[in-house]
Amino acid sequence: MTTQPRRRATARSLAAIITAGALIGGLAACAGSGETSTPAESIGPEGVDDGSTLTLWTRAPLEKQANLLVDAYNASHENQVELTVVPNDDYVAKVGAAAGSSGLPDLFAADIVYVPNWVEQGLFQDISAQIDALDYKDAINKGHLSAGTSDGKEHVLPFVLDLSMLFWNKELFEEAGLDPEKAPSTLAEFADAAKAVQALDKEGVYGTATGLNCGGCLVFTWFPSIWASGEEVLSEDGRESLLANDAAKEVYSTWNDLWESGAVLPSSQDEAGPTWTAGFTEGNVGLMYYPATLLSSTPFDAGVAGIPGVDGGASTFVGGDGIGISKDSKKSPQAWNFLNWLMSEDAQVGVLAKNNDVVSRSDFADNEFAAKDPRLVTINEVAGQGDTPVAMNFQQAFNAPGSPWLTLVRNAVLEGTDTVDADNDGITDILGQ
Amino acid sequence: MSTLTPPRRSKRARRDALQGWLYASPTAIFVGFVFLLPLLLVLQMSASDWPLLAGNRGWNFPDNYVDATQHRLFWDSIWFTLKYTVVTTILLIGLGLGLALLVQESTRWKSFLRTAFLVPSALGLASASLLFYVLYSPYAGPFADLMQAWGFTFLGTPEGALWSTVFLIVWRYAGFYMLLMLVGLQSIPDEVYEAARIDGASTWQTFRTITVPLLRPTFALTIVLCVTGSLLAFEQFYILTKGGPDNSTMTIVQLIYNVAFQGQNDLGIAAALSVIVLLALVVINVFQLRAFRRTDEN
Repeated sequence: MTTQPRRRATARSLAAIITAGALIGGLAACAGSGETSTPAESIGPEGVDDGSTLTLWTRAPLEKQANLLVDAYNASHENQVELTVVPNDDYVAKVGAAAGSSGLPDLFAADIVYVPNWVEQGLFQDISAQIDALDYKDAINKGHLSAGTSDGKEHVLPFVLDLSMLFWNKELFEEAGLDPEKAPSTLAEFADAAKAVQALDKEGVYGTATGLNCGGCLVFTWFPSIWASGEEVLSEDGRESLLANDAAKEVYSTWNDLWESGAVLPSSQDEAGPTWTAGFTEGNVGLMYYPATLLSSTPFDAGVAGIPGVDGGASTFVGGDGIGISKDSKKSPQAWNFLNWLMSEDAQVGVLAKNNDVVSRSDFADNEFAAKDPRLVTINEVAGQGDTPVAMNFQQAFNAPGSPWLTLVRNAVLEGTDTVDADNDGITDILGQ
Repeated sequence: MSTLTPPRRSKRARRDALQGWLYASPTAIFVGFVFLLPLLLVLQMSASDWPLLAGNRGWNFPDNYVDATQHRLFWDSIWFTLKYTVVTTILLIGLGLGLALLVQESTRWKSFLRTAFLVPSALGLASASLLFYVLYSPYAGPFADLMQAWGFTFLGTPEGALWSTVFLIVWRYAGFYMLLMLVGLQSIPDEVYEAARIDGASTWQTFRTITVPLLRPTFALTIVLCVTGSLLAFEQFYILTKGGPDNSTMTIVQLIYNVAFQGQNDLGIAAALSVIVLLALVVINVFQLRAFRRTDEN
């Protein structure tokens, strides 16, 4: 007789089907929210301010600026923005997990070097029509706009600009017999100034500092030296590394010389990013390449200038974050209302410039707050000479822990090995994937 | 010609079987959801093109496995993980046994010492790692001035990073392994030691011929725990070194994390790496347990 085993097998199959059905049903229930999104092209120039609650994610380094912007928007609009600040190291993982489960917030900011990849992956909505309709579009920072442009369609606006600048401690400069009002104008002068401060031989005081285990810090602060020297760091399509050119090699050998002479803060060797500016902020470092967003947090008289090239010139890395409406947002008109306000004078001057931050619109560069602090004028001026590198695999090649860029720098600066060309090929291998 | 038909199961037997299924079903459902389902998902991921930001793009087996083994840090991370496993296993088992022998005898300080050695085990590994991160910090740590004056960094060189992490792990786990060894030691009957003493055996002879052989089951347990834990090391390296400097402390799990979330953003390759690690762990544990069972039988 075979009836019983057959019945048992049928029961088992039924149980399996029911379980699978329940699982799929459960997953589908998680994914669907029932709301439908408004097509971006049908959004009006001002968006909609109807008291909706918008969600916004940003990474921790921009927490101060994000809080100021969100508070100002919430105070002046019916819509309310709920801000979530995510630790820098976890941001990509959080965005990735949310993107996979259709759980992205309405608005989210991204480190500008990741924007091309995230746009390509379809994480942001196309807002070309709204951006093109802005009569001041030409004044918006071009590096950020182009990073968010794919196939001629625009997806992001600048959220907060962060520029790398040369900062120096005027008091330490004076003690070292340097002119506290004059910035080093070449790479060699930068090195000489660092050695002069080091020669003070003050306990705990060092000539300069950097993050030699932090790919992002090194990209942010050393690329401008190469640009200021008239060279490029990447090919136009972002698939080839040009970091073995003469100017780049001069940057590495200068830092190798500084490291071996003891003029670099020793902890720079294993500095992975969290405290890479702390030595300067505490007043223990003579001069360093430093983020402009920290200008208001520097508690002593610091000079500010563009980052010099090998033989002069000045440039900056136009970093910071771009912001766009996520693919998962069902409140595009309301989200555009926030973005439209973000580009307005109220936000750019009334919030950012007022708090010593760089504005994203060149037509606001000479504002009432910048006029009070000439350093802000300098930063705004250098912003025009800066650059933002664009590459699909930027994070993997440069910013990720243990990236081939870090290998290049550590070999060239800490070990003094002659491996720049081979290590540069390693970066190209990743960029070309 | 007559055929034999199986005896019909009694009503009671069927009821017992149903009862058994009912008792087992909550655990079976739990295991299914929490262990089997994720495992199946990982297997599917490992055979699919699955970018972090774009989701599943369909099957691509065996591309992820080929890419995983060809990753520039694959063999380096395996080598480092094995090195770290050997170092920590030897240190933890040795130190655990040493501490257990120290606090085994009834002395005035026995209770105090047992508690003192065990206290670090009560701290979560992530919390302990953060504690040591501050301790090793050239800014906030107690040795900051000394480090700056000597130009020394705990985590700035490959050797420094490895041994600083090993020190944290030994501090964190030595008490736990002491406890396991202590249980093993106390399960050895006193009569055996008394007989050895009557036979005139020295302390070393007693240790070598009685304590060590009778501790074999405890050694088996502790070595399996220690090897498995070390092969899966992540939190301590994620917090202290992030695999650096120069990728010198890249464990295989840290590599999986990096491939998934830091740079490559490829869940498919990360899942393939995870499956490789899972298979390696199964093989290693089977060999370890077989080896100990064989010596037990001998």
